[in-house]
Amino acid sequence: MPETKESSSPVEVEKERWEKETLDPTLAKRPERKKSFQTVSLKEVDRLYTPLDVEHIDFSRDISFPGEFPYTRGIHPTGYRGKLWTMRQFAGFSTPEETNARFKYLLEQGQTGLSVAYDLPTLMGYDADSPLSEGEVGKCGVAISSLADMEVLFDGIPLEQVTVSQTINAPASVLLAMYLVVAEKQGAGWSRISGTLQNDILKEYIAQKEWIYPIKPAMKLVVDTFEFCTEHVPRYNPISVSGYHIREAGATAAQELAFTLRDGIEYVAWGVDAGLDLDRFVPRISFFFNAHNDFFEEIAKYRAARRIWAREMKERFGSSNERTLQLRFHTQTAGVSLTVQQPLNNIVRVAIQALAGVLGGTQSLHTDAYDEALALPTDRAALIALRTQQIIAEETGVVNTIDPLGGSYYLEALTQKMEDEALDYFRKIDAMGGMVAAIERGFPQREIQDSAYQYQKAVERGEQVIVGVNKYAMTDEPSEVPILVIDESVRTHQVERLEATRSKRDAAAVAKALDNLRLAAQRHENTMPATIEAVRAYATLGEICSALRDVYGIYEEPAF
Amino acid sequence: MSNRKIRVLVAKPGLDGHDRGAKVIARALRDAGMEVIYTGLRQTPEMIAAAALQEDVDAVGVSILSGAHNTLCPRIVQLLREQGMNDCLVLVGGIVPQEDLPKLKQQGVAEVFLPGTNTEDIVKFLRENVKPRE
Repeated sequence: MPETKESSSPVEVEKERWEKETLDPTLAKRPERKKSFQTVSLKEVDRLYTPLDVEHIDFSRDISFPGEFPYTRGIHPTGYRGKLWTMRQFAGFSTPEETNARFKYLLEQGQTGLSVAYDLPTLMGYDADSPLSEGEVGKCGVAISSLADMEVLFDGIPLEQVTVSQTINAPASVLLAMYLVVAEKQGAGWSRISGTLQNDILKEYIAQKEWIYPIKPAMKLVVDTFEFCTEHVPRYNPISVSGYHIREAGATAAQELAFTLRDGIEYVAWGVDAGLDLDRFVPRISFFFNAHNDFFEEIAKYRAARRIWAREMKERFGSSNERTLQLRFHTQTAGVSLTVQQPLNNIVRVAIQALAGVLGGTQSLHTDAYDEALALPTDRAALIALRTQQIIAEETGVVNTIDPLGGSYYLEALTQKMEDEALDYFRKIDAMGGMVAAIERGFPQREIQDSAYQYQKAVERGEQVIVGVNKYAMTDEPSEVPILVIDESVRTHQVERLEATRSKRDAAAVAKALDNLRLAAQRHENTMPATIEAVRAYATLGEICSALRDVYGIYEEPAF
Repeated sequence: MSNRKIRVLVAKPGLDGHDRGAKVIARALRDAGMEVIYTGLRQTPEMIAAAALQEDVDAVGVSILSGAHNTLCPRIVQLLREQGMNDCLVLVGGIVPQEDLPKLKQQGVAEVFLPGTNTEDIVKFLRENVKPRE
């Protein structure tokens, strides 16, 4: 009897036999629908995955148990059996009064955390009465110009009990200061409050592009918040390193993973360089990923993220503290995947994307409302989005066991591929001198632009299907959905409060606080204490950011 | 008709930084043989009109996702007309509610392209509607 070749495993032999005896005759009769099958990131998917695709994956080294290194299967030993994810719907529009009412409504409906969306003037550090704010006040989020607005925003919401996530980046330290002062006025001790500040400035230069200062001083402001929170607000997450916007700008899943984690490494490196204790500040770094359409690719991305982070923290930074090694993340469904056409279809997209986030082990989740490709969500649309999460949590049974897809040949092979692609990008970025240097060269920006263009072309060729847009389109669509309209009266209302605030405050105290902030920035001291003093004196967001602009200058995007 | 290439200014007014659409359009128009100038982010209507005049463009493509279109678009059209660019087309792309469309067109916007538009449709629109120069 002839011996089988040493290199051929029994499965390999069996697979060859299957291909010859079973597959080929079928293909001869009826070819497959397409020559190539691709993920939404335009990556090739094989016909079938078998043990051959996971040969190089070692269970204890690469997959292991939940709550144990490298955390591929999750950071909690009990998964969602212990605690469900936090249902955290991002909300904010119009005046602080209106958003406060929406927050209270969402909490009454069983939402378990808050997430504030700020309008564009706030995100850019301008007051509501700045000429640049015209047409934008309260449109994409809630308008906040000073502590007076923040007091209204959280009126009647106990910050010691509710965790609040704030989506704010370039002026993040100022909004953090406002949040801390409101908490203090409520009698909520800083040592007891929790929440998350997005505060991820690197992805602004890479993708979302809401910046104020040049990169290096902006990174210094981030490190200031790390240092301040570690000392004074120990349960607070001062950063949420975000791939969400990178993906929305057109990145593939692997690019989202790679650039986000490499950003995370950059923040850790800057913190360590500033003399912070690795195992004190890194455990409070959180992450934020997108949940896009390609179900398995997304789940693989989250699993790979945990594994890569654990390995990088161990190997690159030498940590053995389990809280440092554990990657915690928030997920939001992909706004970019929502269609204006046949908008109710978005409910289905969101449900499937959210399920991917849950099967990937997310710590918190935002589900988009079906009308978000049209405008900000109405109450009704926001409620359906929340109910979608509750149905996944309470009805589907996917929460009953931990990492239910772990061990799937396809998923494990894909998780490995994600890790390999991310590490490949890490090598390129490391060779450039790190992420700040890579951004200055326009590297991640160009990679993302290319992917966005390739995707658009694939859609236009019909290779990537968008139901209701390039397939199953309807010329005569049934009923339009109601949308939320924000008019210019919001700006008038906000400007009135701003003027009232300016007339009531102690002008000399404001001027002194702003001078102190400029001094702290010039002396490279931590800017947080001076920022808090300025906020307490009711200096406005615009005034505080201007004071820092005086010292740091502004960022100008190079052409590429 | 001259062989002059169609010249388009792709502009991003307002505070919004989401430039995926603007950049995809700029590249698609270039691939279709047009000359494209991209303004970069956060341009005021005045800056956009000045760039349009200086670059002598046939069309201005304005990308807005923030909801500020009703404030910004009419002003861009008005400034272009004031400087004598009567044939310069103003195209708008982005998130614009259905009910705002008639008013924008009445105010002089040539066309509004909503999410899901094929870039080839925009190329076709420009080829059919840009007035040939002497």
